[in-house]
Amino acid sequence: MISKRFVVVAVALALALGPLASAVLAQGPSIFIPLLVYRTGPYAPSGIPNANGFQDYFNLLNERDGGINGVKIAVEECETQYDTKQGVECYERLKSKAVLINPYSTGITYQLIPKAPGDKVVVHSMGYGMTASADGRYFPWVFNFPMTYWSQASSFVKYVGAQEGGLEKLKGKKIVHIFHNSPYGKEANPTLETLAKAHGFELTLLAVDHPGQEQKATWLQVRRINPDWIYLSGWGVMNGVAVKEAAGIGYKMDRLVGNWWSGSESDVIPAGDGAKGYKSMTFHAPGAGFKVHQDVIKHVYDKGKGAAKKEALGEVYHNRGMINAMLNAEAIRTAMAKYNLKTAPTGEQVRWGFENLDLTEAQLDKLGMKGMIRPLKVSCENHEGNGLAAVQQWDGKQWKVVSDWIEPMRNVVRPKLEEAAVQEGGEKLKYAKRDCSKEK
Amino acid sequence: MSVFQQVLIGPLKDIGSNPAFFGEVVIGGILAGMLYSLVALGFVLIFKASGVFNFAQGVMVLFAALTLVGLIERGAGVWVALAATALVMIVLAFAIERAVLRPLVNQPQIILFMATIGLNFFLEGFGEMLWGANVKKLDVGIPDRSFMAAGMQINQLELSAGGIAAILVVVLAIFFQKTRIGRALRAVADDHEAALSIGIPLKTIWVVVWSVAGLVAIVAGIMWGAKSGVQFSLSLIALKALPVLILGGFESVPGAIVGGLIIGVGEKIGEVYWGPLVGGAIENWFAYVLALAFLLIRPQGLFGEKIIERV
Amino acid sequence: MIYREAGQFKTTYAADQAIFPILQDRIFVALAVVGAFVIPVRFANEYWLQAVLIPFLIYALAALGLNLLTGYAGQLSLGTGGFMAVGAYSAFKLASAFPALNIVLVFLLSGLVAALVGVVFGIPSLRIKGFYLAVATLAAQFFLIWLFNKVGWFVNYAPSGTITAPPRTVFGVMVTGPDAAAGARYVAALAFVAVFALIAKNLVRGRVGRSWMAIRDRDIAAEIIGVRPLRTKLLAFAISSFYCGIAGAELVFLYLGSAETLAFDINLSFLVLFMVIIGGLGSVLGSFLGAAFIVLVPIFLTNVPHTVGLNLPVALAKQIELMIFGGLILFFLIVEPHGLARLWQITKEKLRLWPFPH
Repeated sequence: MISKRFVVVAVALALALGPLASAVLAQGPSIFIPLLVYRTGPYAPSGIPNANGFQDYFNLLNERDGGINGVKIAVEECETQYDTKQGVECYERLKSKAVLINPYSTGITYQLIPKAPGDKVVVHSMGYGMTASADGRYFPWVFNFPMTYWSQASSFVKYVGAQEGGLEKLKGKKIVHIFHNSPYGKEANPTLETLAKAHGFELTLLAVDHPGQEQKATWLQVRRINPDWIYLSGWGVMNGVAVKEAAGIGYKMDRLVGNWWSGSESDVIPAGDGAKGYKSMTFHAPGAGFKVHQDVIKHVYDKGKGAAKKEALGEVYHNRGMINAMLNAEAIRTAMAKYNLKTAPTGEQVRWGFENLDLTEAQLDKLGMKGMIRPLKVSCENHEGNGLAAVQQWDGKQWKVVSDWIEPMRNVVRPKLEEAAVQEGGEKLKYAKRDCSKEK
Repeated sequence: MSVFQQVLIGPLKDIGSNPAFFGEVVIGGILAGMLYSLVALGFVLIFKASGVFNFAQGVMVLFAALTLVGLIERGAGVWVALAATALVMIVLAFAIERAVLRPLVNQPQIILFMATIGLNFFLEGFGEMLWGANVKKLDVGIPDRSFMAAGMQINQLELSAGGIAAILVVVLAIFFQKTRIGRALRAVADDHEAALSIGIPLKTIWVVVWSVAGLVAIVAGIMWGAKSGVQFSLSLIALKALPVLILGGFESVPGAIVGGLIIGVGEKIGEVYWGPLVGGAIENWFAYVLALAFLLIRPQGLFGEKIIERV
Repeated sequence: MIYREAGQFKTTYAADQAIFPILQDRIFVALAVVGAFVIPVRFANEYWLQAVLIPFLIYALAALGLNLLTGYAGQLSLGTGGFMAVGAYSAFKLASAFPALNIVLVFLLSGLVAALVGVVFGIPSLRIKGFYLAVATLAAQFFLIWLFNKVGWFVNYAPSGTITAPPRTVFGVMVTGPDAAAGARYVAALAFVAVFALIAKNLVRGRVGRSWMAIRDRDIAAEIIGVRPLRTKLLAFAISSFYCGIAGAELVFLYLGSAETLAFDINLSFLVLFMVIIGGLGSVLGSFLGAAFIVLVPIFLTNVPHTVGLNLPVALAKQIELMIFGGLILFFLIVEPHGLARLWQITKEKLRLWPFPH
């Protein structure tokens, strides 16, 4: 009995004292990039390829070029399970060494936005996070290029217009937006509502509650409305079920268009053949046919250092991870060129690099990513950059781009975005507006 | 239009104007309800025989589905994989009885509930470690197509799932009513001590009941996995079963079935006809409110045993 | 030997009824409280304050609230997340509508709002009990979250749909908002939890607490001796929700800084319930121990591989962490089903005799 008690006390003691020994890592002369990943939990099917893409690209830079301008990149993963509180823990643990962070969850992004200026850490939420942060005058430390949700929604409407034979043909058409009932899912609503008024289409908003395993009622409503197009803003299991339900009621799959977090391999696999024809928005091309993939195989996978299986190269989220890593790296490269650095840049310098990122066609070609993403230019006012969207389609085996690059309706989106920035940045966080003409 | 008209008359008129669609809603609700029942059954079986509110039921469903798909992916035939999964679930039942239930015998219900939470965390990590966190496709060989009947569109896959759930329920009912073990189970459910005193081996009964719940979990895992793919989120369907449980009673097999149907149909009708009035996505809480409203009239649930309290 | 009450005589009833009747306890608690105020602020780094201690204190307050309801009054509730959300959203509304209002007052008022909501959703407890009630309170959880998600008014029609803590000061020190130092937020959270723990401790040994326990142990008997179940149960719901509401407001204002409804989802309700059960039902100390267990153990397990130099893939590490965490819950339940607080009590008993066996 005594020994049993002893074990209990020992375990309790170990648990009580254990956290005292928090992680300490050797700091080297390298650029440290923490990766908040979710390789476990309900969203792991999206998180795994994404994290692998990051790893593979940074590994490629280290193996092929010896890092960025000769300075190696050190990455450390921290598992968040897509949970905000665990993400905050990760951030606090790793921020002292970090110069930039990719939160990879809307919830975590919102946590980090107020902290970023104080900690001098750049927050790059690529195609997610707070739309208003695209106004760099209020949010100097936050970047969401190449595109925001609002630009994406406007691109979707433009695409539909093109398919119907012109935006004026949208009059009287029925479009349904099926969205995850969370701030993320609702992002596209105001843009779609504005455009519905402007172009005269009938918009119906159907919310699906988290997690979205059971959507029978939603799709019954879809059947009754019988819309011409459906826009889907789902996440996780909700996407797979939505695609399956759409196939189940015999909806024309090529008129169901997901946003770029609803169009990956893991979203179409559960539906099997039924998913054939399903479309989604994207801001980069899928597939492993680019030069960068050959480089990754040669320098990373053939040396046995690949993060994923070779067959996983070219998956939508793997490519997205690589692109995100590339954008990080190019921003750092920009900063190093400006400040003429041979060592790791500071947070402020990296911020300048992000803000002055000018990714040209030539540079993309050099990186082996020509055609994978459009050239991109970021500015002090515009942290969204000038990214373009495209539509990809699932052909039963892989995703393929089926449209030209689509320019979002910036004249519609930008004014709303500036209004939102005043509200989110100016009023809520009490940020002062920067004068961009004084920045250099 | 007054609020009264909007809330009461509008939706009813809507129902009347398109009876075929209303039928579709009801059938959709029934089929979804059967799937809820399937998950609820797992809870009921265990609660009935051991008084444990098994928080890990959802994870057991996930674990069963993961094992099944994992085995199939590794080249096992469907039937071999099914048999192996069944075996795994039975072994799991043994392990749970030995490691969790036996040391905690005679503890209050809430402690046993907490123990199943520990089990939940353990299985969550274990299942993912074993089979990975990626989404896996589960093809049950029934085409996911719809056909029209009397102007109503009905999905084949859902119809089959509903049918299988119904068969399972009948089998379980027979098992409980007619077999020797079934009678022993009911005796244990009535009174642990009395059952022990007439020589019913409590430990065996627990293993049997957890095994049966494990087998139900396999079926639930297959049905839900065919819908959404086999992935971690499968463990969250347990939440869908909870309103069914309060409505049907924790201890009643028919309650789980009828409760599932009422919840299924109720929430679909609520969402389709009344949801748009308040902006939709009311399904989740509507199910609970439905169950709650019912409970206020019958506190012991639909078929729950009325407990007469004496001082 | 060290821990002996021999020689401590009580000469008045007041002394006998003290919260901590033994001198050593009084010294220990006083030292602990003073230590908690001083040591972390001086020595802990921001990681410790922000990622470990602040969430621990906030969860402890929520667990305390739920323990009053579940542990003392015997009403199982899974609506904690919803009630915390009520606290958080009303704090946000109050703080933005009345910028001049002191933030402490804002917290207390939002606690009151949560208490009101708690009473409404506590009404079913008059008819149903046990797990039925637990599942019924889930209705509150799902409905409230849906409501905050749906109605733009709660977030001041912010396009992002999130609430953010505005910068506010107490005694000239910034305690909320992005510029508030972690130390200040820590002290604020600690002050709240210390005061409310004291109130709880007093509550449960007085008439209110006794009537709660009477209802918990046998409601019909309690009714016969004159405890009114309606008032008692609803009061338990109100006070419990008050605590939870303040904890929810703190969660956003002192810890997260900004939040969407997902921060208050069903998992939060479960988490707080786990704390109460693991820590010990019907024990104020247990709420703290339970919160410590649920908050600290995962962080500890996450950091172990790094500390010992083991470089595990993060996914594997997380999976092992989950397994060990589950195993630990089982382990502690089997050695002491009545929670960590009871374990502490047993240790105290042992200490009285130590080092002699009898």
